[in-house]
Amino acid sequence: MTNQVLSIEGAALAFGVKQLWHGLDLEVAPGEFVAILGTNGSGKTTLLKAILGEQPLDAGEIRLAGKRVGRGSRKIGYIPQHRSVDSSTPLLAKDLLALGLNGHRYGLHFNGRRDRERIQHILGCIDGHALADKPIGELSGGELQRFRVGQAVIDEPDLILADEPLSALDPAQQKVIAELLDAERKEHKAAVIFVTHDVNPILPMVDRVLYLANGQFKIGTPDEVMRSEVLSELYGTEIDVVRNQGRIVVVGGHSHDHHPEEEWQ
Amino acid sequence: MIIDFSNYGELLPLVSNSLLAAALLGLLGGLVGIFVMTRDMSFAVHGISELSFAGASIALLCSIDVVTGSIIGSLVAAMIVGVLGAKAKDRNSIVAVLMPFGLGLGILALALYQGRAANKFGLLTGQIVSVDSGQLGWLTIIAAIVLATLVVVWRPLTFASLDPEVAAARGVNTRALSVVFLVVLGLTVAASVQVVGALLVLSLLVTPAAAALRVTSSPKLAPVLSVLFALIAAVGGVFLALGSSLPISPYITTISFVIYVICRIVAKVQK
Repeated sequence: MTNQVLSIEGAALAFGVKQLWHGLDLEVAPGEFVAILGTNGSGKTTLLKAILGEQPLDAGEIRLAGKRVGRGSRKIGYIPQHRSVDSSTPLLAKDLLALGLNGHRYGLHFNGRRDRERIQHILGCIDGHALADKPIGELSGGELQRFRVGQAVIDEPDLILADEPLSALDPAQQKVIAELLDAERKEHKAAVIFVTHDVNPILPMVDRVLYLANGQFKIGTPDEVMRSEVLSELYGTEIDVVRNQGRIVVVGGHSHDHHPEEEWQ
Repeated sequence: MIIDFSNYGELLPLVSNSLLAAALLGLLGGLVGIFVMTRDMSFAVHGISELSFAGASIALLCSIDVVTGSIIGSLVAAMIVGVLGAKAKDRNSIVAVLMPFGLGLGILALALYQGRAANKFGLLTGQIVSVDSGQLGWLTIIAAIVLATLVVVWRPLTFASLDPEVAAARGVNTRALSVVFLVVLGLTVAASVQVVGALLVLSLLVTPAAAALRVTSSPKLAPVLSVLFALIAAVGGVFLALGSSLPISPYITTISFVIYVICRIVAKVQK
């Protein structure tokens, strides 16, 4: 058990009467790629916050490399959702990478040779040499997210948490970001937990899916979870899962309470 | 005549205290200002300086050390802003509530004060030409504390200010850093109030950094330029005030403003 990067045991969380999830058990192995899917408000991002120690659980426990999670960790690389950056932000693209490497360090510290080499290496991986000296406020959405991936992996974390990193990107950019992450987890055995609305851009690399809905969840391979009968049971209404040319499309039923189809738009 | 430099050489030694004070303030204001800008706290600076003014006025009324009063007022304000105003939106309303209260309290204390009238207005609008050794001693101590703290926390504070979500995820204690920064800010404001006055603190703590961020996005160049601009404004203000009968503040605020305007024009031309 201790060789798992992340282990979630009996986790439960409710906001008032709304149960997000309970009895949630999930073990994530090194190098594993887990997608967290579900509707808005199903607790996907909240689960990431719990792993980051920013959201206390009602019950259960989350362990990172065998130790109870604290507030953040150097073993974690984090990729936030894309947000536009103010143009006056005094940070160049390469500085974003440097912060991922040594932003936590106190005291006088200049990027040493090892740090500079590491930054150059990552710039190569994310095809970012030409953008390195650009202010981050001037990067396009796709360019910024490439540097976000670089920032998350530069310190060789054990676990990469990604909170909808592909939203607001076009399909070509989504592919680039997803493949970068995939390469990194294969090379360094980092586990990836990837919160997303749409499983398709990452479908080729996903090992397991955690699908959250209606205060319940299903865990399994995409083939096990992304099926009409499984999702119908989860949502408590008729759901059609259609596979078309390698893509998965979920078509919702006519329930008044839940509109799972919204998330695939 | 407003400006007369005929006996400049004789005056200069008399104001060495003021020059030193201006240089220290320029250094502090330029550095702290960068974080004021990146943490979006310009308005909070104004609120803290009004409470610092209240603290100083009450101290003046009670015949205790004015700098001590000013520091206490500043730190109390910084803590209130820190505890109640974690979110930028809450912060603005809390500052807006604190500011007139602090100003009113200060005016009350000054109205009751029977001493020299020059002391009264100095706290609001500045009195750098009359910096005495006691004030300079305080200023030096505050500068030493602020600079030492900034050196230690510079990098994580930069991370927490510019990229708070990722910084927190990476285990950077963003809450502790925000408290540390508020103390640093409170001390710097208290020091500035002694010299440029409560109403004009922004000209040293915000304008130079805002100007620097107009012309550079480099996290290394920005603080250098910001300090340079603040030094030019503060020290330049002392030199100009020497040859005139006017107080120091209008010189500092005007130089600071002109630098900002120039930086905006430069930024526009670059694009």
